[in-house]
Amino acid sequence: MEHVLELHPLVIAVTIFVLAVFIGYYVVWSVTPALHTPLMSVTNAISSVIIVGAVLAATPAEGSVLAKILGGVAVGLAAVNIFGGFTVTQRMLSMFKKKK
Amino acid sequence: MTSNLAAILYLIAGVCFIMALRGLSSPATARSGNIFGIAGMVIAIGTTLGQPGVEDYLWVGVGIVVGGLIGTVIALRIRMTAMPQLVAAFHSLVGLAAVLVAGAAFYAPETFHIGTPGDIRLVSRIEMCFGAVIGALTFTGSVVAFAKLQELMTGAPLVFRGQHLLNLALIIAIVALGVVFSIEQQESVFWAMTGLALLLGILLIVPIGGADMPVVISMLNSYSGWAAAGIGFTLENTVLIVVGALVGSAGAILSYIMCRAMNRSFISVILGGFGTDSSKSVSATDRTHKSGSADDAAFIMRNAGSVVIVPGYGLAVAQAQHAIREMAGMLQKEGVDVRYAIHPVAGRMPGHMNVLLAEANVPYDEVFELEDINSDMPNTDVALVIGANDVVNPVAKTDPQSPIAGMPILDVELCKTVLFVKRSLAPGYAGIDNPVFYRDNTMMLFGDAKKMVEEIVKSL
Repeated sequence: MEHVLELHPLVIAVTIFVLAVFIGYYVVWSVTPALHTPLMSVTNAISSVIIVGAVLAATPAEGSVLAKILGGVAVGLAAVNIFGGFTVTQRMLSMFKKKK
Repeated sequence: MTSNLAAILYLIAGVCFIMALRGLSSPATARSGNIFGIAGMVIAIGTTLGQPGVEDYLWVGVGIVVGGLIGTVIALRIRMTAMPQLVAAFHSLVGLAAVLVAGAAFYAPETFHIGTPGDIRLVSRIEMCFGAVIGALTFTGSVVAFAKLQELMTGAPLVFRGQHLLNLALIIAIVALGVVFSIEQQESVFWAMTGLALLLGILLIVPIGGADMPVVISMLNSYSGWAAAGIGFTLENTVLIVVGALVGSAGAILSYIMCRAMNRSFISVILGGFGTDSSKSVSATDRTHKSGSADDAAFIMRNAGSVVIVPGYGLAVAQAQHAIREMAGMLQKEGVDVRYAIHPVAGRMPGHMNVLLAEANVPYDEVFELEDINSDMPNTDVALVIGANDVVNPVAKTDPQSPIAGMPILDVELCKTVLFVKRSLAPGYAGIDNPVFYRDNTMMLFGDAKKMVEEIVKSL
């Protein structure tokens, strides 16, 4: 199938980005102020999805060794954040209880 | 795995992350939200591991096991009072990871399908600059914020002449190097640009004082999101772009909420220096105040119909959360209606006080935000203020010259009786006297917050 329209990948990326900013804006305003600290720790954890870039950099069978080292270290740093962020968020959220 | 399938899986991961934030709209749904977040992360990493070109798992395995272990141990051991430092430290890791990934993309562009070494696509070069610079700012800025919060360095603002000019010059130099790199793509220019951004990150945070730290942490949260988005653009990875946008807006909104809670403009926080003139003499008053004992306080509260507890950071410093919970429980047994009133900047980061109270087993439905409880203050018999001062100071409403003018406050002065647990009549962070101390219906309870509350518990 021929593409009628050839969009530049950047245009698609910007479209996704702008829409996601709007989603973020509305979703975050609906977060209860009582949970702003967990909000911050969980956003911390999910921003470590940057690990996907680090994984790609660290895993090619050949190519720049320097890139693989940079990628490998980045995987480690992001992993600290992912495990630490989700764990500490879960710890905090388990403390929030209703009146018995 | 075809790239179409990968794109759909990344989309699912992105939706999971949105659900993770959505869950936080109520404590009842928050835990399932966190599970969504974990699921999204597993999907995103799994999808990436299934990509063509991912062949050598050694480094990834080592990184995840070592990093994951360190992260988990820290998260399980950290004290809740130290959450601001922990979050700052975690932000710095996101920033550094962004710099490293941008560097990896520079040395191995073919891995990310953005060209070959020395011949990277122009758009990707520009995007790479954004990712590296914002990542570098986030990294060093967060390290400084961590050092201030951990008290490894002074929390006082560090200001010097020509500071703003120097920062401006640095920004211009970074932009210029970015342009040069985008045209010529030399390695040295890339690292020079990143190096200056690292320096700028330090210089941007050192002039900001301890009182403004809640804004700084939120702001760095936002930066870490924009850094992730920048890398997402470089790699044309949708889930990174989505997450970057979500986290970026989350941090921006939290910064705005914190600024509004202190009635400070974002620009004035960024420019820093707040708190430098805190040494200015407090108008020495010889007005009289009433002081009382724990027994008096216990008597007043036991005979009250309703009590509002206003905790400030001093409560957390004194580790008095559990004692206050015990006191509240005893009052409730006597039929007293006990609620907690939280000012947005009661802790050291947004929502910090809520977590500290939750840790002490205070049910979240007894905890109220400023706008939800203020209208009820005139109907309240007793306000018990512990370790807080500026956030209940009516000067914010009456004196336009005051440093806290316009800051929303908890209207404890409207309650029938105010009990103030405090070490002395000394002013708070903002360095201003509080007229509530000297009112007829105010009783000062001088002493350490924890000891005082424990004594009140005893006499109940």
